Amino acid sequence: MCIDCGCSERTGQAHHHHDHDHDHDGRTIRVEENLLAKNDRLAAANRVRFTRHGLLTLNLVSSPGSGKTTLLETTLRALKDELRFAVLEGDQQTSNDADRIAATGVPAHQINTGAGCHLDAHMVAHGVDHFDLDNLDVLLIENVGNLVCPASFDLGEDSKVTVLSITEGEDKPLKYPQMFRAAAIVIVNKIDLLPHLDFDLDQCRQFIRQVNPQARIFELSCRSGAGMDAWYDWLRAQVAAKRQQAQS
Amino acid sequence: MHELGITQSIVDIAERTTRKHGGGRVRSVTVEIGELSGVIPDAVEFCFEVCSKGTLLEGARLVIETVPGQGRCPQCQTEQAIDNYSFACENCGAFGLERVRGEELRIKELEVD
Repeated sequence: MCIDCGCSERTGQAHHHHDHDHDHDGRTIRVEENLLAKNDRLAAANRVRFTRHGLLTLNLVSSPGSGKTTLLETTLRALKDELRFAVLEGDQQTSNDADRIAATGVPAHQINTGAGCHLDAHMVAHGVDHFDLDNLDVLLIENVGNLVCPASFDLGEDSKVTVLSITEGEDKPLKYPQMFRAAAIVIVNKIDLLPHLDFDLDQCRQFIRQVNPQARIFELSCRSGAGMDAWYDWLRAQVAAKRQQAQS
Repeated sequence: MHELGITQSIVDIAERTTRKHGGGRVRSVTVEIGELSGVIPDAVEFCFEVCSKGTLLEGARLVIETVPGQGRCPQCQTEQAIDNYSFACENCGAFGLERVRGEELRIKELEVD
């Protein structure tokens, strides 16, 4: 290759007259690198680390106000004597949610993203340094309330769990398909409010299926307790599967 | 606004690559952005001037090549053009179209002085 202009001239087989008095347009450098490569590398390292510790890791995503923190509080209070949890809380500002989680007695660490609209794999890698991973079964990551950006960032989690509260309307899966497509689990929350709203649950299920036919759907209410047992059973089964995977 | 982070990656990768190849001022940087990637090209352009300030890319031309979405039906295997809102196969109506193209987010090449 010609080192002056970087063109691919082969020795003795000049593809053009090459006396270097012509005006070069600069060198062209092929790059072919994924823009998310750095995040994906760190996410892969997180995944290896979590798997080595037999840790089930769930990344909870939703709009602000869908009830992620309440779902976590309720779940922790119900299962903390049975399973060992830790929670990473992502928010732009405040430690309000981490304080709520800490009040349940489960270790929590707050990550403030400032202007950032999502957690990335690097933040999670440092966030989990605050926990003793050898003595944990489940790591729950509460992402920044945002149905757009967190869809693009792998954190090294086992699954994304998208929480949709019925006050948001049944068409959210169609409006934010990336997020619902990226999720293995969709939780339809606040179903105790069904009698008070015009929310069409059947239509919502259909919209979720359209976007993501494989999604596992839970319909529940933290307030009334409806549907919570199915969610807890699923969590227990996932933890058992993860332990088995770590041992094999 | 994850485009800010994406644009920062463009600048970081381009600078690192340029230095590895002997340095110089970057004239242009070409990136591929798939239409299903969830990244808005206009927003990347908007961020580029800020992110490239004070770097080897300051003043460089940002060339964005968009890659249209292409999907394959899991049932009948028909390949078809898709966007983010294509849920059903145009041939058999099945859901869950597999994405074969359009999620690219890649820096392709640089032109360096």
